[in-house]
Amino acid sequence: MWEAISANRSKSIVLIVLMGMLLALLGAVIGGVFFAGEDGMLAGGAILGVMIAGFIWFVMTLVALFQGRNILLSISGAREVSHSDAPQLYNIVEEMSIAAALPKPPKVYIMEDKAPNAFAVGTPENAAVAITTGLLSVLSRDELQGVMAHEIGHIKNLDTKFMTIAGVMMGTIVILADVFMRGLIFGGGGRRRSSSSDKGGGQLQLILFLIALVFAILAPLFAQLLYLACSRSREYLADASAAVFTRYPEGLASALEKISANHSKLASANRVTAPMYIVNPIMKAHAGGNSLFSTHPPTNERIKVLRSMGGGAGLKDYNEAFTKICGKAIIGETTLRSAEVLKMRGITTPEPPQLPKNDIKRQTREATDILHRLNHFAFISCPCGVRLKIPPQFNKPICKCPRCGKEHPVKIA
Amino acid sequence: MVLVLVLVVGGFVLFMFLILLAWFFGTYNVLVRMRNRVTNAWAQIDVQLKRRHDLIPNLVNTVKGYAKHEASTLEAVIKARNTAMTANGVGAQAAAEGELSGALSRLMVVVEQYPDLKANQNFMQVQEELTSTENRISFARQAYNDSVMEYNTKREMVPSNIVAGICKFDAKELFELKDEAEREAPEVKF
Repeated sequence: MWEAISANRSKSIVLIVLMGMLLALLGAVIGGVFFAGEDGMLAGGAILGVMIAGFIWFVMTLVALFQGRNILLSISGAREVSHSDAPQLYNIVEEMSIAAALPKPPKVYIMEDKAPNAFAVGTPENAAVAITTGLLSVLSRDELQGVMAHEIGHIKNLDTKFMTIAGVMMGTIVILADVFMRGLIFGGGGRRRSSSSDKGGGQLQLILFLIALVFAILAPLFAQLLYLACSRSREYLADASAAVFTRYPEGLASALEKISANHSKLASANRVTAPMYIVNPIMKAHAGGNSLFSTHPPTNERIKVLRSMGGGAGLKDYNEAFTKICGKAIIGETTLRSAEVLKMRGITTPEPPQLPKNDIKRQTREATDILHRLNHFAFISCPCGVRLKIPPQFNKPICKCPRCGKEHPVKIA
Repeated sequence: MVLVLVLVVGGFVLFMFLILLAWFFGTYNVLVRMRNRVTNAWAQIDVQLKRRHDLIPNLVNTVKGYAKHEASTLEAVIKARNTAMTANGVGAQAAAEGELSGALSRLMVVVEQYPDLKANQNFMQVQEELTSTENRISFARQAYNDSVMEYNTKREMVPSNIVAGICKFDAKELFELKDEAEREAPEVKF
């Protein structure tokens, strides 16, 4: 895994440098238009523009590095759960962070949403994973393990760290372009002042202004393309990591199948946070296909690759399966040389797990129980089999079971 | 003239030497990091084994109330746990842990006959903890083996094997269970 990460890292650095150049260029062009001196002193304005762009980027990066995780989690409306709230989920996350040898298990968050999805944020030392109640209620233990392994794969491969840095750059570019466009509509002060000075400078300014206009329209688009280009291959890599961690690709495959069967959109997701989720939260799974603008590879292709690993669970097996289905390799040569062939655990022929209906019912109940526990509900099990859920506002000393009528004492805090 | 030549050649040699030194230090540090990861992964296995030992009294107490006729199975579990906790040496410990895994899976087979117990909230919690602990143990072993594989590959490959040889980075051993049957055993099915 070491090599896979370092290969990933060098690619990320190239992308970040490219994005940084784009940001600087945009700053220079906009600065040239707005702050050019009376004698058409372009260089001064351009440098000032770059400095302002750099300053905005610097402040945003600082904020993202120290508060990014919390901001993202609060945007998505996620709430932290402890071991006693959701024992199984919490255990699975710890199991997977042991398998991935993370220095510290990530914090576990839950989002109250019917759309099935999950995401990860942060650095390996300080990470968090979040999952919707919708996903939690449809997955079996093995499938949940697959999903969490995928998310922890993102953390381990430093995707989440990269996405934070790249996301901030993209955000800065979008903001700069936006401010420029607004400036044109509501003021355009710099341009008017200079065009009234001398003719030659004015013409130059006009050309520059047009360049800036085109640039301000195109830069966010380019930035987004760069941002997305890496996000897609990272999804495959995280799938490969999940197979290595769990030694059971079928778990993730059948989880993805269940996720893609549901088309509800996630209410709290937006364009910047979209690449962080396990499947695209704002686009339908089948729409879009493998276009330049999709954040995620097509889900059915991911399932197909996972299912054709032929009883293996290593990076090599994943790469072979990927080459067979997509016609090209996904994992670098140097990584594969040091990767060993890993055997899948348990059954070697993937059989689609057929869950009985009441199992789904039980899982849904467990997922809602977690929410109840988060909201400080008390639970009383009645001998007749009913579980009473006592809301925190309940203020009577005795609660009657609705089925058998037995009276239970209630502890009032 | 000669002085300039000497300076240039000398500078070049010094430059190459510094690059070599930087590479040497870099590789050394990578090896150290990998070796520490192996040590850490080994410690993680112990942590998880201890977790299992701590869990067993709770499990036994929960089962006891429902399955009074299974005293011998329960005793076997407790005995295996005590042996595992006091075992010294890697070989003895591995054997004792294997014994404990066997005793636990026998207990779980017995539990199948008590539907009341299986529906018990307390038991369901212990059962989830036990499943997770068994998983953690096997994942910790898996992570240990992965880290050993990575470390051994690095110390054998050219050119990092030069650094490993000079600085005496010893090969680490893989954690291997005696036979395939034993590898499957720890997976407790309910």
